[in-house]
Amino acid sequence: MPEPAARTSGNGNGTPRIGVYVCHCGTNIASTIDVAAAQRAAESLPGVVLSREYKYMCSDPGQEMIKDDIRDHGLERVVVASCSPCLHEETFRTAIADGGINPYFFQMVNIREHDSWVHKDMAAATAKANDLIRAAVRRVRFHQPLEARRVPIDPKVLVLGGGIAGIHAALTLANAGKQVYLVEREPSIGGHMAMFDKTFPTLDCAACILTPKMTQVRNHPNITIWTMSDVVEVDGFVGNYKVKVKHRPRYILEEACVGCLECIDACVFRRGKTPDEFNLGLSKRKPIYIPFPQAVPQVVLIDPDTCIEFRTGKCKKTCIEVCADRNAIDFTQTETFDEVEVGSIVVATGFKAFDAGRLPQYGYGRYDGVYTALEVERLVNASGPTEGKIVLRDGREPERIGIIHCIGSRDKNTNVYCSRVCCMYSLKLAHLLQEKTNAEIYEFYIDMRTAGKGFEEFMLRVKSEGVHMIRGKVSDVYPEAGGTGRVVLQAEDSLAGMVRKIPVDMVVLATGLEPQPDAEDVRRIFNITCAGGGFFMERHPKLAPVSTFTDGVFLAGACQAPKDIPDTVAQAGAAAAEALALIDHGYIELEPNTAYVVAEECSGCKTCLGLCPFSAITRVDGKAQINPVLCKGCGTCVAACPSGAIKQNLFEDEEIYEEIMGVLAHV
Amino acid sequence: MATEPMIRTEADRDPEFADWFTDLVGEEKLRECIHCGICTGSCPLASHMDFGPRKLMHLARQGFSADVLGSNTIWLCTSCYACTVACPEQIPVTDVMYALKRRAIEGGQAPRKHPVVNLAKGFTGQVHRRGRMTEAYLIAGLALRSGVLRYVGMAGVGWNSVRTGRISLLHDQIERKEELRNLLDAVEQHGGEVAVR
Amino acid sequence: MSGYDYYPGCSLKGTGKPYEESLLAVFESLGVALDELDDWNCCGATAYMAVDEMQAVALASRNLALAEKSGRDLVAPCNACWLVLNKTLGRLEGDVDLRDAICAAMAATCTTLNGEGRRPLTLEGSVAVRHPLDVLVNDIGLETIEEKVVSPLEGLRVAPYYGCQIVRPLAPFDDQHDPQTMDRLLAAAGCEVAADYPFKTRCCGASQMMTMPDVGIDLVSLLIEDAIARDIDVIAVACPLCQFNLEGYQGKVAKRIGKEAKLPILYFTQLLGLALGIEPKRLGIQRSFVPVAPVLERRAAHA
Repeated sequence: MPEPAARTSGNGNGTPRIGVYVCHCGTNIASTIDVAAAQRAAESLPGVVLSREYKYMCSDPGQEMIKDDIRDHGLERVVVASCSPCLHEETFRTAIADGGINPYFFQMVNIREHDSWVHKDMAAATAKANDLIRAAVRRVRFHQPLEARRVPIDPKVLVLGGGIAGIHAALTLANAGKQVYLVEREPSIGGHMAMFDKTFPTLDCAACILTPKMTQVRNHPNITIWTMSDVVEVDGFVGNYKVKVKHRPRYILEEACVGCLECIDACVFRRGKTPDEFNLGLSKRKPIYIPFPQAVPQVVLIDPDTCIEFRTGKCKKTCIEVCADRNAIDFTQTETFDEVEVGSIVVATGFKAFDAGRLPQYGYGRYDGVYTALEVERLVNASGPTEGKIVLRDGREPERIGIIHCIGSRDKNTNVYCSRVCCMYSLKLAHLLQEKTNAEIYEFYIDMRTAGKGFEEFMLRVKSEGVHMIRGKVSDVYPEAGGTGRVVLQAEDSLAGMVRKIPVDMVVLATGLEPQPDAEDVRRIFNITCAGGGFFMERHPKLAPVSTFTDGVFLAGACQAPKDIPDTVAQAGAAAAEALALIDHGYIELEPNTAYVVAEECSGCKTCLGLCPFSAITRVDGKAQINPVLCKGCGTCVAACPSGAIKQNLFEDEEIYEEIMGVLAHV
Repeated sequence: MATEPMIRTEADRDPEFADWFTDLVGEEKLRECIHCGICTGSCPLASHMDFGPRKLMHLARQGFSADVLGSNTIWLCTSCYACTVACPEQIPVTDVMYALKRRAIEGGQAPRKHPVVNLAKGFTGQVHRRGRMTEAYLIAGLALRSGVLRYVGMAGVGWNSVRTGRISLLHDQIERKEELRNLLDAVEQHGGEVAVR
Repeated sequence: MSGYDYYPGCSLKGTGKPYEESLLAVFESLGVALDELDDWNCCGATAYMAVDEMQAVALASRNLALAEKSGRDLVAPCNACWLVLNKTLGRLEGDVDLRDAICAAMAATCTTLNGEGRRPLTLEGSVAVRHPLDVLVNDIGLETIEEKVVSPLEGLRVAPYYGCQIVRPLAPFDDQHDPQTMDRLLAAAGCEVAADYPFKTRCCGASQMMTMPDVGIDLVSLLIEDAIARDIDVIAVACPLCQFNLEGYQGKVAKRIGKEAKLPILYFTQLLGLALGIEPKRLGIQRSFVPVAPVLERRAAHA
C-alpha cells in the first residue's frame, strides 16, 4: 500500500506549493470564459503560490513555462485548467515529470468541453470555471506519488479474417518477423476477392493477384493458418491477450490430404445436389467438396448435413477407398479448441453483400433474369458455374442487360450510407458483360462515384464502349407481357427529361455492402464498438482509422466501412504497422489509477469478487486481492465494499471529498 | 425564327415560396432529396406530366413557383403513393403534392378550368352542402364546367350505369348536415397550415 | 363474434352498389353482423385534401368519432375510404395540437345519440378501421370460410388486383409489395389464382379517368392488356373506383391495345359469394357491364 505523501518544504504550513495555469485555448475557452478573472481568482486559493494564464498551454512554450516554474518557484503540485484530459493529460504529466516532480502530482480541469463549449453566459461560465479550479486545487494537495506500471507486450499477433485485408496484414507482420495466427471462418482463405473475376480499375484478374499472396501465406513459417475456425473468447488486455479459438471439423486430416480431389469424383453422389455456397447457389456441389480450385489450404471438406454416411451411417464410402494410401478422411473428427497468447489483434472480418430479397420490387428470386452483382461475378468467372459464359438460368443468352445501382445503399429504407464500390464494380461488370455477349447494356445510376486513382479514366473507357448511361433509379421490375421472358425496367432518364421503359433479358442489382451479420457478437468478444451502419468503430475517423478504443485491437478492411481493394490493402498495412509499433515499443504503461485492498479492513465477504468486470479480484487467505495489471480503475468494487476496505489510487476518499467541497464552496 | 431563351435570373426566384416548400415536411427533409428520380420512375402518370416529381422538387426548392403551380404535374397526381414508398430519403412526396394543390387553389394559380380542380371544387361543394357526394351530379357538374363535349365519349359508360342500376339520381345526404357544415366552417376559421406528415 | 360496424362510403351507394350487395350477403352467410354506421358522412377521399387540409381531417374525424361509440371495429370496403380514415387516425395520434383543435370544433358543432339523447360529439381516436379482406382472412379465418364453400370456383383463373391505397403508404395487414390476403381468399374460394399477374398494386388512374380520360385509359390498358395476355378470366378488385375504371371503358381499351377486351371485373366479395353458394342476383352480378355469364359457364364446364 502506497505511503502518504512525503512532506516537502511546502508553504511553510505543511501544505504543498501549487501552481495553477489557465489556458485560453485560442478563443475556444477565452471567448466564453474570462480567463484573466479565473487566473486572478486562483491566485488567492490556499496553497497556490502562482497562477498564470496562457494562450496555448499544450504548446512547447506552455509546457516549458510549467517546467521553469517548477524549478524557479519550487512547485510541488500543478493544476492546468484547459481542455479534456483525453487530449492532454498525458502531455502535462510528461511535462511535469520532465520538470522533476512525480507526474501524478497533477490535476487537469476541463473548462472547455465541460464549460466554455457548452455554455453561453460569460459570467456564469467564469464562475463555474472558478468552482472547478478551486475543486482541483483542493484535491491536488492530497495526490500521492504514484508510478505507472510497465507490462511487456507479447509479440505474437492474431489476425481474424482471411480475406485480402487479413492476408496482407498477416504477411506484413510475418515478414517483420512476428508470429501470426490467421483465423478464418470459411474452409479457405481468400474472402470475397477470391470470388471476383477481374478487379477495377486495372481489370487485373482477381485470382491472379490474390493466389500468389495466398500461397505466400501458406508457405510462410511465421503464419499459422486456422480455417473453419472462430474466436470464441478473448481475455486479458493489450499486450497480454488470451484467445480461445474453436476449430470446426472438416472430417479430413489436413496434414494428410494433398488436394488431389479424387474423393470428390469417387463420391457416391454422381452429381452435386447441394447449392454451392461459393457459387452462390448457381451450381450444385457434392457433400465432399473444395470451395474453389485454388483454395488454401488445398484440402477438401465434408458437409455433415448432406453426406449420407453422417445421415444414415450406411454409405459405401467410396471416398475412403480412393484415399486409401493417404487415409485423410476421418468421420470421427470433432470440434477442437486452441488457446493462444497474443499481444495484439487485427480484426479483418470483411463484409456481407446486401440481401436483394429484402426489396421484392426488384424481382430477385421471382424472375429468372434478375441477379445480384456478386452472382454475376461468378457467372463471368472462368471457374464459375457457367465457366465464364453468360447464360441465364433458363439457358438464354442476354441481348439486353440492365444494371441498377444503389440497391440497399443511399436509401433510408435500408442503408443510408453509400457503399462506395458499387459504381465502379457496375462499370466493370458492364465492361465484362459487353465483352462476352455484345449485349446492349444500360446503367441506371443516381450519381457516378468514381473518385479513386484511375477511376474516372475507367468510367470514360466504359462509356466509350457504348454502355447506355441513364441517370434515374429504377423503381420496380415487372415481366413483359406476352411471355417473352424479358422484364421491363422503367425509370426517369432525368438528363433527357423523359420516362423510359426498357425491356431487358437480364437485370444486375448492384447490391451494397453491409457489416457481417454477427458483427454485434464479434464486437463483444473483442470489447470494441459498432457504429455508423453497424460497422466496427475506429478510434477516430480521420486520425486513427485503424485503431479502436480498446488498446491492442486494430481494424482493417471492409469490416470498418465499405471500401475497395486498394484502400483495404492500405488499411491492412496500416493496422499491421500500428501493431508492430506496439510490439517494438516492447511494453505498455498502465495508468496507476487502480484499486487496492486495505487488508486489515477486509472482512472477506466476497461482495467485490463477482462485481469486477475485468475479473481482477481473487480471494487469497480469506481476504480480497486485486491484480493491479488487470484492474482498469472502474471503481465498482470501491463503491461496493461494505467495509470501505477497497480504495483507489487517484480517487482516494479525501481527494473526492475535497473536490466536492471545492465545487460547492460558493454555496 | 424566334427562339425562347431558357434562362432564369435570381429575380425569377420566389424565396418565400422556397422557404414555405422546404418547411412543408419539417427537419429539412425536403432538402435531402438526392434527385435519384425514383419518384418520377415509379409514377404511373409521369409520362403525361409537364415534368415529373423529381424535377418539381428541384424547381420548388429553388423557388420557381410559377413553373411549379402552373404545371399540370400536381393535378395529374392520383395519390397512389408509389413515390412515397420508393423514395430513399423517405420524403412524403404525395403529401407534398397535396400541399401544392391547396396552395395553387388558394392562391388562384391553378390552371383555369382545369378538370381536376373542377372535380375537387364540385366534390367539396357537394359534401359541404349535404355531407355526401352523389356521383351522377359530380360528373354532370364536371362536364358542365370543363366542357360537355369532352364527355360525349362517356355516354356509353353513362348508359351502362343507368341500365344496371348503378347510378343514383337522388342526392345522397346525411341527417345532421347542418352540424357537419358548421364543423367544416369552424375548422376553416382555425386557419394556419398544419404541417404535412 | 360481436360483429362490425360498416362504413359504405359514397361510391358503394352508387357505382359500387354490387360491392355493398355482395359484402352484406357474404357477411350474412358467414353469420357475422355488419351494421351500417348511422349518419356517416363522406370521408373526403382524395379531393378534399386537395382543397383544405383541416376540413379534410375534420370530415374524416366525424366518422371516427361516431364509429368509436359502439366499441366495434369499423369495416371500410372502399380502398380510398379505408386509407383516409386510417391516415386520419395516425395524424390525430401523432399531432396533439391538431387533435385538440378538431375535438374542440367537433364538440362545439356536432352531436351524437347517446341512448338518453343528443350529446356533443367527442373523439378518442380509439376505433380500428379495417378492410373486409383483413376481416375475412384474419378475423373470420380461411378455415371457417373454406368449410362454408359449397361451389368452389374451380378452373376460374383470377388475377387479384389490390390497387394502391390498401398497401401504400400503410400496409398494416399485408406485404406492401406483394400482398397475399386476396390471393389466399380467392384460393379458399377455389379459384386458380394468377400469382404471376405483376400489376396487383399498380395504380388504375383513380379519378383521372373522369378528369383526364386519355391518361386514365393509358393506365387501365396496361393492366387489362397484361391480364388478357396471361389468359386471365376475371380480375378481382377491392375498390369501387378500381372496379369502374377497369370495367367501364374496355371498348376504348380495346382500341388502344388493338385487341378485343371483354374482361369481367368482379369484387372479391362477389367471387367469394358465388363460392359460398349465394344467388348471383344478391351479389349484384347482373350489374356488371361486361357479361359475366360466359366466364361462369366456362367454369361450370371445367368443374
